[in-house]
Amino acid sequence: MSARISASVFTSHVPAIGAALDLGKTTEPYWQPLFAGYEQSKAWFADHTPDAIVLVYNDHATAFSLEMIPTFAIGTAASFDVADEGWGPRPVPRVIGHPALAAHIAQSVIQQDFDLTIVNQMDVDHGLTVPLSLMCGQPDAWPCPVIPIAVNVVHYPVPSGRRCFNLGQAIRRAVESYDDDLNVQIWGTGGMSHQLQGPRAGLINSGFDHAFLDELIASPAELADKPHVEYIREAGSEGIELVMWLIARGAMSDVAGGPPPTVRHRFYHVPASNTAVGHLILEN
Amino acid sequence: MAIDKPYLDIPGTTVFDADRSRQGYWLNQFCMSLMKADNRERFKSDEAGYLDEWPMTHDQKQAVLARDMNRMISLGGNIYFLAKIGATDGKSFQQMAASMTGMTEDEYRDMMVAGGRSPEGNRYVGESTGASRDDGAPE
Repeated sequence: MSARISASVFTSHVPAIGAALDLGKTTEPYWQPLFAGYEQSKAWFADHTPDAIVLVYNDHATAFSLEMIPTFAIGTAASFDVADEGWGPRPVPRVIGHPALAAHIAQSVIQQDFDLTIVNQMDVDHGLTVPLSLMCGQPDAWPCPVIPIAVNVVHYPVPSGRRCFNLGQAIRRAVESYDDDLNVQIWGTGGMSHQLQGPRAGLINSGFDHAFLDELIASPAELADKPHVEYIREAGSEGIELVMWLIARGAMSDVAGGPPPTVRHRFYHVPASNTAVGHLILEN
Repeated sequence: MAIDKPYLDIPGTTVFDADRSRQGYWLNQFCMSLMKADNRERFKSDEAGYLDEWPMTHDQKQAVLARDMNRMISLGGNIYFLAKIGATDGKSFQQMAASMTGMTEDEYRDMMVAGGRSPEGNRYVGESTGASRDDGAPE
């Protein structure tokens, strides 16, 4: 037996969602519709808890300052502390890694010509912990190990959608060549449309977002050709985070000739603070 | 040959590219220092003195003291780094974003609850703004 990717989860990772959870605001009228959209997801995850999650996210000037800016980094540590992003660390469990699988993925993916940066010491920020909170609620410990894949989407140019989609395919091949019977999920996080800076801050493009979700499900290879400038113009300067969703999508088996994935859940909500929230669960 | 920057015609938007990063290196690294609670305390007790420990330009320091987010961005600041200043001040991302739009916090929040700023009229510099949700758009 070897490891396999059973499902992919896609979700925004807005920091205000984490704050709302941590401060007990989930039933307030502003937040209730958003958290209601994840109730089904939490039930699904409880029934489909994997042996490990490969979690694609971006660091928001937390672990990586301007001293070093890796385009793709993989966390190979045994554990990752929850970062103090300036408001104090989120009161959530530390993240347990999966060093053996992470090292295997690093070796395999680098040999497939993706130059991952290997990171053995890294705090993780809301980009990684908010998706865990949305899918797992507020447990005393996260239910499974997590392998962080940090993507630079802060310092332009970020990797292209095509490169992200191809990296996802390489990660799938890496997981499937691991000699242990592991059930692995891959999550792609960030987005959807939002802009946090400048006079155009607050941009939301629900038409773009719905089309992105449609194409991500049905025609991801074509979606991967979308140029950077279109993300920025249409989905806001921070909407470019959506390229990370293509990594998780590229790891699904239909991309390698398998049957189309099953859509288990789809959800969209505006706003969470400055951001449009999108969410998908796809099963192989 | 100059680097192609196809994003320069997007209104009210600064893309943090390599040129911006070089310009704003110390401004952003100063912000990064505010990740540590001790540094946040030192900064709050003597802002100008703390800024003088960093090889930032005079304009960058003045923009920080004035909490002028748009100015900081025009001088090479990146929003995720500048957010550390907001965190030090106890401000949310939404409060910081609102401060850059010329809207009050309440107006900005209401715009977001109503669906956000429309892309209509906000895709290209000089494009006529036809949508009614464009109150905070740049001139």
